[in-house]
Formats: sequence, structure tokens, C-alpha cells
Amino acid sequence: MSVVEAPRLEGTPPAAHHHGPSAFGDDLRRFVNLTWMLAVTDFRLRYFGSVLGYLWSLVRPLLFFGVIYVVFTKVFHAGKGIPHYAVYLLAGIILWTFFLETTQSSVQCLIAREGLLRKIRFPRLVIPLAVALTALFNLATNSIAVLAFAVYEGISPELSWLQVPLLVLLMAIFAVGIGMLLSALFVRFRDIQPIWEVVAQILFYGSPIIYTASKYPESKVRILMCNPIASIMTQMGHAFVDPSLKSAAVYIGGAVRLLIPLGIIAVAFALGLWFFNREAPLISERL
Amino acid sequence: MIASFGAPLSTIVSPPPAVPAAGGPAAPSAVSVRGVSKAFRLPHQQYHTLKERALHPFRSSTYDVLQAVDDVSVEIAPGEFFGIVGRNGSGKSTLLKCLAGIYNIDEGDLHVRGRLSPFIELGVGFNPDLTARDNVAINGVMLGLTHKQVRERFDQIIGFAELEDFLDLRLKNYSSGMVVRLAFSIAIQVDAEILLIDEVLAVGDATFQQKCFDEFHRLKAEGRTILFVTHSMLDVQRFCDRAMLLDKGRVVELGDPTTVTRRYNELNFGRTLHLDTGAGKPAPGVRLDAEISDAWFESPTGERLPAVAHGEPCCACLEVRFNEPIDDPIFSVTLRNEVGHTVFATSTALDHGPTGHFDAGSTTIVRLRFENWLTSGRYNMTPSVARNGRGDATIDLRENLASLIVHGGPATGGLAHFPHGFEVER
Repeated sequence: MSVVEAPRLEGTPPAAHHHGPSAFGDDLRRFVNLTWMLAVTDFRLRYFGSVLGYLWSLVRPLLFFGVIYVVFTKVFHAGKGIPHYAVYLLAGIILWTFFLETTQSSVQCLIAREGLLRKIRFPRLVIPLAVALTALFNLATNSIAVLAFAVYEGISPELSWLQVPLLVLLMAIFAVGIGMLLSALFVRFRDIQPIWEVVAQILFYGSPIIYTASKYPESKVRILMCNPIASIMTQMGHAFVDPSLKSAAVYIGGAVRLLIPLGIIAVAFALGLWFFNREAPLISERL
Repeated sequence: MIASFGAPLSTIVSPPPAVPAAGGPAAPSAVSVRGVSKAFRLPHQQYHTLKERALHPFRSSTYDVLQAVDDVSVEIAPGEFFGIVGRNGSGKSTLLKCLAGIYNIDEGDLHVRGRLSPFIELGVGFNPDLTARDNVAINGVMLGLTHKQVRERFDQIIGFAELEDFLDLRLKNYSSGMVVRLAFSIAIQVDAEILLIDEVLAVGDATFQQKCFDEFHRLKAEGRTILFVTHSMLDVQRFCDRAMLLDKGRVVELGDPTTVTRRYNELNFGRTLHLDTGAGKPAPGVRLDAEISDAWFESPTGERLPAVAHGEPCCACLEVRFNEPIDDPIFSVTLRNEVGHTVFATSTALDHGPTGHFDAGSTTIVRLRFENWLTSGRYNMTPSVARNGRGDATIDLRENLASLIVHGGPATGGLAHFPHGFEVER
């Protein structure tokens, strides 16, 4: 065995790779390009090969909303006495779909991209972020359908609609935070998937989506509103659907208390980021 | 056919000394690997679920350690074409992945001067459901290009791959060769000073392979450093300035391509010999009873030839050194074309008869004269020497030890073009 003795070199220190790829990488433009490209490709492939193509991304939510609308308002007569209940329901469902799609796809996203992870050095965070971005594209097309329903229901634009992008942003931060945590955990523990499915079910029925926060018992409402999804949905109803629906601040008992759900969102994001960043260099060998 | 023997020779061509580690004393290495080790933990049983973790908190700590890369050191100079060879599982790809920064390393130092290509395999991220047009964009971004750069270079990429007519065809309808062509065309657009490439040229037809080789030479001429993993000793000899042979994660040989190629063949052949004879000899560096020390092609006047015109006579020659006395050994020569088809094979058992006695320590040259009716292309010689009378008792066999380029002659599409004449009856 012959080993060449390393010559001692002067001059600029060379770049060293002692570690696997980090979560962020060192090239922001490449990070953005990759995230965008992965997300766009995924979005395009969803209806790929179908006759209607992109039209499905509009038609599908419209048809789906039609079903929800008929079942809940005409069959179950849910939401009696709630102004524009149908719009509240639909807006809630698309926001929830965004959250669910992001978190649930995040669970398997690293395994699904195994080929890339094993062959290319690139910032690992791109993968869960691309998942969230794809879900955001779907949210955008779904929003068109919701706006159509809102107009049909006779809702006119208000200044308070400006809150909606902020609410979506909060939802996105929460979803990405959980997504990062789940994706990195799934590489180690495969039972994250069923666990998250159950948790997501609980969150769906525990949050005011198919009902409003007025259904929460008086004694528990302040605690239940600490759930970020409950606060976001409630505020969305107030800001977007009808100002007569009470705001999240009213239900939780004062605007200051809204810091609790906001804090939960921040903690979820920070935890997810910390854990993902810690695991990132080892992901490719643990897959 | 004539097989003739030269007088025993005492001079044996010794392998040229290894090139110094870096290109020169002043040039800093492009890639510097110092004592790098990488091990993988292989748990005896995969504990992937929380329940298993909870039920067996202690058992999960039992695992085997696979030392994939073991104390590897090498300095690679800027502009060097460096080959990494070895049997399957010898740690080649793991080393490349450590270099690319895909894996963490356990020990040692890895230093890279210059922009490193981020990929180690062609066509990463290709999606079979999308068209070539889309896949170029995806793969280009994967390799670190911007969308704008991909658009600017698109025509060049497609032109090089010769896929202008198939732009809007889905990749799943491409032949595997077409996919490789597309992947290679994108890969050479990457703006990296150091390229790491794992097993590239397995597919692709002869013309495209030639284009790839030309492109490699161009990249090399531009001063790019290329590290590439291959199983083709022919590629190593053709392109590499130096090469490294890995076995079980360790560096077995590091030096010029010829030495490494020989060692690689020895390593591979050593194992077969071991199996055949059942002798307790160590596999690598085994002392064979007879060794083929060199092979070449020459003209009837004894001049060594890299190339010969169609229709001219030439000789395939091999030099054999005997370490043990041996009676009537059988010398064989096989010629294969570039895709590995045997186009001509013969042995002294077929054409010559008993070859006589050889003493231990003697060296002989065997010449096989033949009329060259091969059509143009590259042909490789695999010489071997075998013991007489016991079936397949091969002593030494060297795959593709020498190569010959045949030029001229009609392009008929056939492998050979014999002297012939038509006769048409009326």
C-alpha cells in the first residue's frame, strides 16, 4: 500500500468539507432556485397527463366545495345562525388542507427524494420547504374557488381582508416548523407517519373548521383558543367572512393572550429548524 | 498462423515510477485527502419504530461497523484526470461522496481548492414523466445553474446530445442511451473546477462515447480537475494521468494508470486463481508460476504499433516471465472490439502444438502473426498463459492489456472485411 505524503502548502486556506450538507447551504440563490424548481415540478406533475390539466386545480376544489356546501348546509343544516357559514367552512377547509398537505407530505419527503439526497450536495432544507411551497400553490388556486363562492354568497371586499395574507403566513410558519420536525424524525422513526395522522385528525376536529369557536364551551374556550389553528381559523372568519363573527382576541380573552398561540407557532418553528439543522448532515446516510 | 519464440530476455520492462503527488512542488493540490476514514454502522436489526426502541432500549446498540473508507490519503493536482478503481464495495463511491460533501467523514482532513461540482452521478433528478425540455431545466438547476443559464445553454446541450428531434418526448420513452447522452450533455455545462463523476460511460453508442472522450479532453485542457470512478481499465489507461486502486476501503495502489490497471487485474485474477487451485496463497500480490509482463502489437519488422491500416499484416505479442519451470505452456490471444465482442481468439494449442520447456526465471516473447482484415475501430488484446493438459488451468490472464487502432478499409458495418470476390452467374 502506498500512501502519498501530503505536501505542506502555503497560501490561501482551501475549502474544507468535513461535514455533510447543512440545512441552509452557503448559496442563497441556489437555495431559492432549487426550492422553486422542486415545488413547481411537483405542482405540475399533479395533474400531468390529464385532459384538463391545470384546469383541474380549479375544477377540483370547486366540485369538492360544492359537495361540502350541500352536505353541511342542506343535509346537516350545520351552522344555523352563523352568517355566511358556507364561506367560513370553505375558507377554513382550504387553510386546513394547506396545513395538512404541508405536514403530511413533509413526513415522507426526505425518503421520497432519496435519489437526490444521496447523489447531490445541496441544502437539505430545500426539500421540506419545496413541499410547503407546492401546498401554497394549491392554496392559491383553491383561494380562487373560495373567492368565487364568497362573491356568490354576496360578500364584498373589506379592508380587514388585508389580515388574510398575514394569517396564511402564520399558518405557513406553523406548518413548515412542524414539517421540518416530522421529516427529520421520520428518517429515524418510521412510526411518525401513523402518529401524525392521528394527531392531525384530533387537530381537525378540535379546531373550529366545520364549526365556529362559538361552539366551544365557555369554561374551556380560553384554553382551546391557544391552539394556533383555532386562533387562525377564528380570526380568518372575523377578518374575511363577516366582521360580526367574533375575533380570536375576543374568544381568548384579550389581544395580549394571543401571544400564546403566536408563541406556540414560534416555538414549533424554532424547534423544527433546530432539529432539522442538527440532523441535516447525516440524513443521506441514515435514509 | 505462426507463433515464434524469441530468445529468453533478461530485461523486463519495469513500470515507470509514480508521478509525484502534486503537479509540481509549487502547485497546491486541487483535492487533498489526508487520512480520511468513513465507517457505516450496520445495526443487527433495524430499530425504526418507537415501540421497538422502548421495548429494547439496550439491544438497539448492537451493530456491525463497516469500514467503507479506511485511512485514505491522496493529493490531486489541479488539472489532473484521476481515476478511482476497485472491485464492487471497495469504497470508491463512498470516497467520492465524502469528497462531494454528501457524507460526514469520521477521521482525517479533506480539502478542496476550487468550485466543486455538486453532483456525482449523471441525470440526477430526471423525471420520466417530463419532456427532455423540462428535464434539462430541472437537472441544470440541480447542478447549480440558474434558470437563465439553462435557457442560454439549452441549444448547446440539446445539440451535443443530438436530441433535437426528441425535445418534446417524455423521458420515459427515451432509450437508456439517449437518457445518458442528455445527462452527460447537461453535466459538462456545469461551471465547476473540480468534477466528481461516478460510473459514467457505461452506456451510449460508440460515436457518442467518442464525443464524450473528446469532451473530457477539452475539460482537461481547460484545466479542470476530474476525479472519476470506473470499472473500465480501458478508460483509466485512456484518460487518467494517475489512478488509485481501492480494496476494502484502503489504497492498494496509487500511481500511473498502467501500474494501477495491472494491479487491478492481478487483484481480480488473484481471487480466481485462489479459487481454482485452492492453494493458500494470499490473493493480492500473489507470485504466479508464470506472469505476462507485457503485451503489444508490432509490425512484421518488429516495430511497436499503436495503429495499423486495414489489410496490413501485424503481430500480437506477449512477454511472459516464468517463475517456476514449466512444460509446454499454452499461450492464447483474444481480440475484442470496444463493445467487448470477441472478434478473434486463438491459442498455441490450436495452431502450434507443444511449445517446449521453460526454466524458472526465463522470459519469452510470443508473437502471433495475422493478416489484419478487421474494420476500423479499436481492438483490445487479452493474452493468457495456461498449463498444458489440465483443462482450463490458466496461470495468468490480463484483460485488455494492449490495444490496437485499425484505420482505413471500407466502412461496411461488419466487424471484419475479408479478401473476397463475387461471381454472378448469368
